Amino acid sequence: MSEPAHMNPARSFQGLILTLQRYWAEQGCLILQPYDMEMGAGTFHPATTLRALGPKSWRAAYVQPSRRPKDGRYGENPNRLQHYYQFQVILKPNPPNLQELYLGSLKAIGIDTALHDIRFVEDDWESPTLGAWGLGWECWCDGMEVSQFTYFQQVAGFECSPVAGELTYGLERLAMYLQGVESIYDLNFNGLEGVEKVTYGDVFLQAEQEYSRHNFEHADTEMLFRHFRDAEAACRKYLEAGEPEADANDQRHLMALPAYDQCIKASHMFNLLDARGVISVTERQSYILRVRELAKACGAAWLKTEGGGVAA
Amino acid sequence: MPDLLLELFSEEIPARMQRRAAEDLRKLVTDALVERGFLYEGAKAFATPRRLALHVAGLPVKGQDVCEERKGPRVGSPDAAIQGFLKGAGLASIDQAKIESDPKKGEFYVAVIEKPGRSTPDVLAEILPGIVKNFPWPKSMRWGAASREPGSLRWVRPLHSIVCTFGPETEDPEVVRFDVDGIGSGDVTKGHRFLAPGEIRVKRFDDYAPALERAKVVIDTDRRKDMILHDAKDLAFAQGLELVEDEGLLEEVAGLVEWPVVLMGSFDEAFLDIPPEVIRTTIRANQKCFVLRDPNTGKLANKFLLTSNLIASDGGKTIVGGNERVVRARLSDANFFWKTDQQVKLEERLEKLKSIVFHEKLGTQYERVERIAALAKELALIVGADPELAERAARLAKADLVTEMVGEFPELQGLMGRYYATLQGEHTSVAAAIEEHYKPLGPSDRVPTDPVSIAVALADKIDTLVGFWAIDEKPTGSKDPYALRRAALGVIRLVLENNLRLKLYDVAKQSLGILTAQGHAGEGDPEKAELILLDLVQEFFFDRLKVSLRDRGIRHDLIDATVGTAAHSLWDDLLMIVRRVEALGRFLDTEDGKNLLAGYRRAANILRIEEKKDGWAYNEAPDLQIVNDQGQIEEKALAVVLDGAKREAAAVEAEDFEGAMRALSRLRQPVDAFFDKVTVNAEDPALRANRLRLLNSIREATRTVADFSRIEG
Repeated sequence: MSEPAHMNPARSFQGLILTLQRYWAEQGCLILQPYDMEMGAGTFHPATTLRALGPKSWRAAYVQPSRRPKDGRYGENPNRLQHYYQFQVILKPNPPNLQELYLGSLKAIGIDTALHDIRFVEDDWESPTLGAWGLGWECWCDGMEVSQFTYFQQVAGFECSPVAGELTYGLERLAMYLQGVESIYDLNFNGLEGVEKVTYGDVFLQAEQEYSRHNFEHADTEMLFRHFRDAEAACRKYLEAGEPEADANDQRHLMALPAYDQCIKASHMFNLLDARGVISVTERQSYILRVRELAKACGAAWLKTEGGGVAA
Repeated sequence: MPDLLLELFSEEIPARMQRRAAEDLRKLVTDALVERGFLYEGAKAFATPRRLALHVAGLPVKGQDVCEERKGPRVGSPDAAIQGFLKGAGLASIDQAKIESDPKKGEFYVAVIEKPGRSTPDVLAEILPGIVKNFPWPKSMRWGAASREPGSLRWVRPLHSIVCTFGPETEDPEVVRFDVDGIGSGDVTKGHRFLAPGEIRVKRFDDYAPALERAKVVIDTDRRKDMILHDAKDLAFAQGLELVEDEGLLEEVAGLVEWPVVLMGSFDEAFLDIPPEVIRTTIRANQKCFVLRDPNTGKLANKFLLTSNLIASDGGKTIVGGNERVVRARLSDANFFWKTDQQVKLEERLEKLKSIVFHEKLGTQYERVERIAALAKELALIVGADPELAERAARLAKADLVTEMVGEFPELQGLMGRYYATLQGEHTSVAAAIEEHYKPLGPSDRVPTDPVSIAVALADKIDTLVGFWAIDEKPTGSKDPYALRRAALGVIRLVLENNLRLKLYDVAKQSLGILTAQGHAGEGDPEKAELILLDLVQEFFFDRLKVSLRDRGIRHDLIDATVGTAAHSLWDDLLMIVRRVEALGRFLDTEDGKNLLAGYRRAANILRIEEKKDGWAYNEAPDLQIVNDQGQIEEKALAVVLDGAKREAAAVEAEDFEGAMRALSRLRQPVDAFFDKVTVNAEDPALRANRLRLLNSIREATRTVADFSRIEG
């Protein structure tokens, strides 16, 4: 059965997403949906951050809307957005042929390796807020970075055992290349033509303009500072409440996930405050450190749950 | 003689690590072999993005046989002793031992144990796993299911397979079998990831290299570099252009491909309005591409060269198209920065520096600029620059740090400031100083010569040094996070190469005054300040000066001898120290110099012995009355000359170092004569003491020029 032309990943943004989902589903990944919270990158999704910890095998793929308030350009820059999509794949432990699987995904979306120059260029990844790092590459296609490829070594301050392989595709950039357009806003979203055609700009341009105003000029900083403190306190509170009694038979932690939500929230509040320019250089470090402490505590709690490998 | 072939095949190794890793592999394997007595004829290692390979030629088939004799018990010893001896020596019966006799001990048994040399493959199989497991990668990782267990193999990126064969040319070599964390060695490798992905069975290096070449892998980095350079020059030449060579980029690019294919792309000519350094930096940093210039005008062309890893089925059209897209986007960004940056004057940017912390204890960049401007204005008078211009340049020197362009490409700091300053109509010297105040960045970097640049460059470096000294953040051992050694060396080069007269202590004191006036680095306690400044100038700067003079081939003992005499007003004048060192060197090469040094040493030795014996120092001036009444003629002559030696001090003060040396040379003859004829240790204690004081005067007289005790040889 051949697919309708408007589903072609080289013509349709959503076609690209659907093709990647199908490909990774075929490779045995769970296809999850985006996490329902604001976050800076797909890595923050508990399906990556927390699932990367502990001994259990895990394979998942999902799209994650990512918010980087500082990257907003009022819709005027053809390459930068404060809200964009990442396609995230995590395989734990990484299979030995992960590079081949990745190249297979490029083939699936129409990148022919007989025509295109694919390269793995050193790029070590580190997330100070998550206390995480890994080694890997930027994957280049004809001189353009189209994905990040990382072997997680540490997350939330804990050694990954086993190591997970993480792939992140910058969907808009990849689609721009496949569709041959020079501006994100010109991307064909649904692959249709004429009156039925919907562009990325139709869907998101207004949002980019409005959120840029919000992020840079109007976001209520007093409220954001308060929310940061609240999220930090709530995270600690839930972690404490979920901690098992010292003498209980069941030593599992009972609330790692709700606590981690508050860590995600604190991180996003910090990003908004940073975009508003109200955090000085010296304070910046201390905020990052505070989020990292939450992430570490959540990671420690997760390792005491069933998902983290403790027997029920 | 047989050869070893070893290949470690992995996922992509960072370009910057490849050369070093190949070298480490060669050294580790050959050292381990030599340590076990296996000598070889030659060894060469190779690296590509996906493999490290090693060829060791001319190894022996096996190690040397060793014959060992072991002494046993006497003939006729108890059975238990005999049995123990047999067991220890590995003999079946006592008949296998020979009997030797010794006049003292009598007859005793000796076992002759023959140890055949171990086969080379066995030894290799023993050595190699450890080398792989403990390979010194700058950064390494764990991966896959094996990483469930602690202590699993670490490699720079996942290691997939190992080829290891050993054998002579004429026969089929054998696979050296070993296992590293589940990866077994074999004789199968793979070719180019896309052009020849199939498996290749290899025998030895002689067929390995050509087989890989057929599979589109060039294992030798230098050959890949040559191919890239050659093709790049050809392509440029065909367009009437010239390659802008870049060794660092070439090395990196050669580490990103197994089969280099150079292709040419172009960009819109309109982008050539952007400064060429920006174009080059953008294209180099982001795209790892070379730029080209017109050989007639020297100007950049709207072309670039990329190095792909593919013989593409469409001749590279798609690859070029893709790269052009990215270059276009990057240059659009750069152009946007270039245009928007020009809309804000540099002085209007200073406000923004208030929110950038330079160092927690040294305030913001804005405060730093204030300090540098104040100091540059003072220094202008010393270096002969217009104080207003120096202050202006210093004030604008850091403004480009908050431009979009420098935010994107920090390596363009200074240069962008110069461009923007020129565009807003600043004086040429001001614009130049904005770029040049960072210089010299290293021993090979150019030293600015424009007085305005010199003033700002000195102010920038001295402020940094004094600041970090004041908050006690000095370099220790290999740690120098603020590049303070480089800053000090920069000051030294600025002073010496521009023949500047600068009293370093006084300038540093001014600098510290400006810093404390801002409320940083304590209350400005004068005693503490004195200690800080002396430590900076006497310990650190003089030390750096020694290093820098030593690098220029000047005897370090002469520097020590000169720097050590801090008695006069020129002590902290770097240029004068160097002049004195040079004059002293010339003097010591003369006969007078050599003899005076010998005389000095004799005087110093006698004094040391006698002063120790007597328990006090003969520091007072000699009593001329005693000399005249009781002294010998040579002693009188010496006293007269020594009295006249005050001229040296005057000459040194007048910076007439040759004159000072001439004055010193007049001492030589009387000193020689004194030691020839006069007995220092006279019977008369008063006469003896006075003669010792006379010797002390020799010591004092030389000290005005240099501390002769520190001269070696």
